[in-house]
Amino acid sequence: MLLSAHQLSCVRQDRVLFEQLDLQLHAGEVLQIAGKNGAGKSSLLRLLAGLAEPDDGDIRYQQVPLLQSADDYAENLCFIGHLAGVQPQLTALENLAFWRACFALTPADDWALLAQLGLAGLEDIPCQQLSAGQQRRVSLARLWLTTAQIWILDEPFTALDQSAIAALTRRIATHCETGGAVLLTSHQPVQVPGHPVRQFMLEYRW
Amino acid sequence: MSHVAVFAATFRREIKLLARQKADWVNPLLFFIIILTLFPLGVGAKPNLLREIAPGVIWIAALLSVLLGAERQFRQDHRDGVLEQLVAARSPLLGYSLAKIAAGWLGSGLPLILVSPLLALFLGLSAEALTAVVLTLLLGTPLLSLLSALGAALTLSADKGGILLALIILPLYIPLLIFASAAVEQASFGLNYQAQLAVLAAMLCVALALVPIAVQKALKLNVG
Repeated sequence: MLLSAHQLSCVRQDRVLFEQLDLQLHAGEVLQIAGKNGAGKSSLLRLLAGLAEPDDGDIRYQQVPLLQSADDYAENLCFIGHLAGVQPQLTALENLAFWRACFALTPADDWALLAQLGLAGLEDIPCQQLSAGQQRRVSLARLWLTTAQIWILDEPFTALDQSAIAALTRRIATHCETGGAVLLTSHQPVQVPGHPVRQFMLEYRW
Repeated sequence: MSHVAVFAATFRREIKLLARQKADWVNPLLFFIIILTLFPLGVGAKPNLLREIAPGVIWIAALLSVLLGAERQFRQDHRDGVLEQLVAARSPLLGYSLAKIAAGWLGSGLPLILVSPLLALFLGLSAEALTAVVLTLLLGTPLLSLLSALGAALTLSADKGGILLALIILPLYIPLLIFASAAVEQASFGLNYQAQLAVLAAMLCVALALVPIAVQKALKLNVG
């Protein structure tokens, strides 16, 4: 078991988003958090990424509470939230160069990677001139470079076209085959070739 | 993921951004020039009075023009989710903050120093006083950049952070303002002003050691 949450609860603006929530993520598994808008999916992901503290309960990485394993966990985590993390005035290549310094990424040929993601010819224009889907692709390029075992992705399929969705699900499949685990939210059904996707339903609470 | 690597990468990135978003460094500079050109016009043909108030005027203009761009320092990275990813990956935010502050100074502090000789001309400053202006700006503007970065980091998630930022930061600017304008005033009388410079240098050293740590913590708090 890579990651587990025990009796987790989260309160936002006096509204209980969820309480006594238990969740496990195993190696080689894709877990989709489903639920209505405002059900607390993003808040749950932020808790699990260590960006916020749960109001109650605890999160464990490899059975060790996050408080003690935060550094190991952060090294093994690739978090891409609903904000793409792409600086719009910089080009795709410059964004990748910045991420390479800030996150542990494998050295690779950025030009080839961007071409593989359908961004050939767009490598050196500022990202703000790219479409929303293309910006998403730039942001998701990190997944081809990261060595992290746990991926937490908030709505990774937003704005992507069919070919990009196929490329991303293939990448998720190879990641799972090499012992990785993916936790994602999506409103569409997610199909990963060769891997069942476990669904976790987050009920909307009043 | 060393601090140095993150510092270097962030600094390179910020320099590129300064080159692309020219308004970021041109606006504070223009603001500084406008204030200092309006003063002689407003005060009228009284060169002696002008010379007397010049140290204070130059320093207030510098202070406000640094404050002008302060709010934007971390805002875009916050809005785009860059900071969120850095915090989630526990990247060395100290290197990131220091690079941001250094690049912020290059954008809003250095241009002021470079144009200050020209502006001293408008205010009828003597050569000694001009030297003092340049020296105090050299020591003082990095301090302004450090403190404004602290304010920007603290007010990052506040909706309309601008006024709050000014309220937090302006009191911290006061000691700097007092010592810097005192140094220029001393110099214009032909007196020794090394003591004031030493105090400014000491304030800069303390801020350089402590502020980046505070900025780092504030960024983490605001993202979480």
